[in-house]
Amino acid sequence: MQTLGWILRAGAVLGIAALTFANVGAQGRGAAPQTPAAPAPPPTGKAGAPVDLTGTWVSVITEDWRWRMVTPPKGDYASLPITMEAKKAADAWDPAKDEAAGEACKGYGAPGLMRQPTRLRITWQDDTTMKVEADAGTQTRLLHFGDWKAPGGAATLQGDTTASWETGARGRGGNTPPPTPMFGNLKTVTKNLRPGYLRKNGVPYSDKATLTEYWDLLRQPDGEQWIVITTVVEDSIYLARTWITSLNFKKESNGAKWDPSPCSAR
Amino acid sequence: MQMTRTAAALAALALTMAGAAQASAQALQAAAALQGTAIDLSGTWANRLHEDWIERAPGPHIGDYTGLPINDEARAVADAYQVSMQNMPERQCILYTTQYIVMGPQNLRIQQELDPISGAVVAFHMSGTVDRATHDVWMDGRPHPSPNAPHTAGGFSTGKWEGRMLTVTTTHLKSGLVWRNGVPHSDQATMAEHYARHENMLTVTMILTDPVYWEEPFIRSATFEIDANTRVLPEPCEPQVEIPRTPGEVPHYLPGANPYLAEFPKMFNLPAEAARGGAKTTYPEYGKALRSTYKAPDKCTVYCCGGTTLTVMNNNQGACRTDDPPPAAPTPGAATPPPAAPPARRE
Repeated sequence: MQTLGWILRAGAVLGIAALTFANVGAQGRGAAPQTPAAPAPPPTGKAGAPVDLTGTWVSVITEDWRWRMVTPPKGDYASLPITMEAKKAADAWDPAKDEAAGEACKGYGAPGLMRQPTRLRITWQDDTTMKVEADAGTQTRLLHFGDWKAPGGAATLQGDTTASWETGARGRGGNTPPPTPMFGNLKTVTKNLRPGYLRKNGVPYSDKATLTEYWDLLRQPDGEQWIVITTVVEDSIYLARTWITSLNFKKESNGAKWDPSPCSAR
Repeated sequence: MQMTRTAAALAALALTMAGAAQASAQALQAAAALQGTAIDLSGTWANRLHEDWIERAPGPHIGDYTGLPINDEARAVADAYQVSMQNMPERQCILYTTQYIVMGPQNLRIQQELDPISGAVVAFHMSGTVDRATHDVWMDGRPHPSPNAPHTAGGFSTGKWEGRMLTVTTTHLKSGLVWRNGVPHSDQATMAEHYARHENMLTVTMILTDPVYWEEPFIRSATFEIDANTRVLPEPCEPQVEIPRTPGEVPHYLPGANPYLAEFPKMFNLPAEAARGGAKTTYPEYGKALRSTYKAPDKCTVYCCGGTTLTVMNNNQGACRTDDPPPAAPTPGAATPPPAAPPARRE
């Protein structure tokens, strides 16, 4: 009788366990949800960051060195899908004229700035604003998360940037927001740019330009971290098609080498 | 007795259901594995060459090591390199190593190999040409072979998903060329690759580590666009004698005897030291010091419009020549000047 009781109890326990497993399995196979509810919006800004981009990052110029580390000669447009309008404008480039007009920073607008040899200092200005400072040209970009709306007004060197995290995560329904994912990238879109230079030798972008960037964090087994920024520039005036490049920044342990310098037109 | 039978039936039912649950768990596991492949990398990707155009397409200048964190050993190898070495019959069909499949001038085709039962991705096969070795990235968890296993042009690569990014580790490479002006990597080199898809773009980042020839890891990134109209071309190779040579002759320069090394820095007014590369030359502080004395040439003379979509494509040698104003009508009786010869290019 004792044996029978044990078998009964074991059977019941197993049965419950099996039903539980089966239920989980059925849910996993897409069985009808009990009460559909609107998914909660994922957190954004600092709270929703799937990766930590803050810190000091140095651009390591292993690509296009001759066009980035020094200002290339006038008329050097290699790799740039520019229009004839752009070529005409660039052929007329005169750095002395830019200096005289107080326009020495034309190569330091957002599309040109990120290709400069520079260090970036990335911090959170507040919960929904990421600040990206560059020591080259002593520039600051603000990346706005959430439902931020550009104030409008005159175009600026760094433009108006909206930012969002791309994680691929989907809400599961219910009122609980999905957990912050461990992977993902930052996407930023910058508009309202004052005309400037894509390359310091006067290759222009216009006030119609849009800069879209995808910021990926790469973690190496030895602990080294890189940000690779896939950069897309569209400009109906000066580019015959989108100009796509990617930039590499290595994380530094501190800001000891941070060295702000003024813009240079040359 | 009746109760015993009931209990036995319950237990059998429970075991059956537990088995079903286990199968369900396996299905979930497979689904989870597949979820990682939600970023479909397969397709044909067009190489836009909006950066690194000279290095990847026509090939770098002799003696141009700018931006390369190489050491003296690598410089010695590259200085001795003569590209006509590649037309020796025994070398014509030597494969570029895997890093060049992605960072060369070609487009990129990525195919998935699927497990026929679970549908999970077993491997990605990547290639820049249709008839050469592929870059095979194993996704099924197999280990890398013994350090003593043979090294090949393709090496041995395994991949894993980090969220929506594919991260690849490659070992067992043969030595090969990183740049086509002789800059080498050794058979001790390893690579980390990261494939990140953003909408219709694929950014590939490659970090090459080589204790023999490189002072620091060498990072490069390139972005491709998916394009159904893009082709991956065959690159057939049939060795034949292109230049008759004495048997055993290998084109090369002895140390210190390459006469063309000074051309590149002279062409761009760069100090010789900058052209020699090295880790320190890749950081902003080097550029800052350099720019304090640097004066660019007055105008561009080589590859000025290369790789662009200007309607006035160049001749791969000089400036955007066809955009120049049309020549003035010749003065009657005046001799027609000969067309300017493009600068000679030696490889």
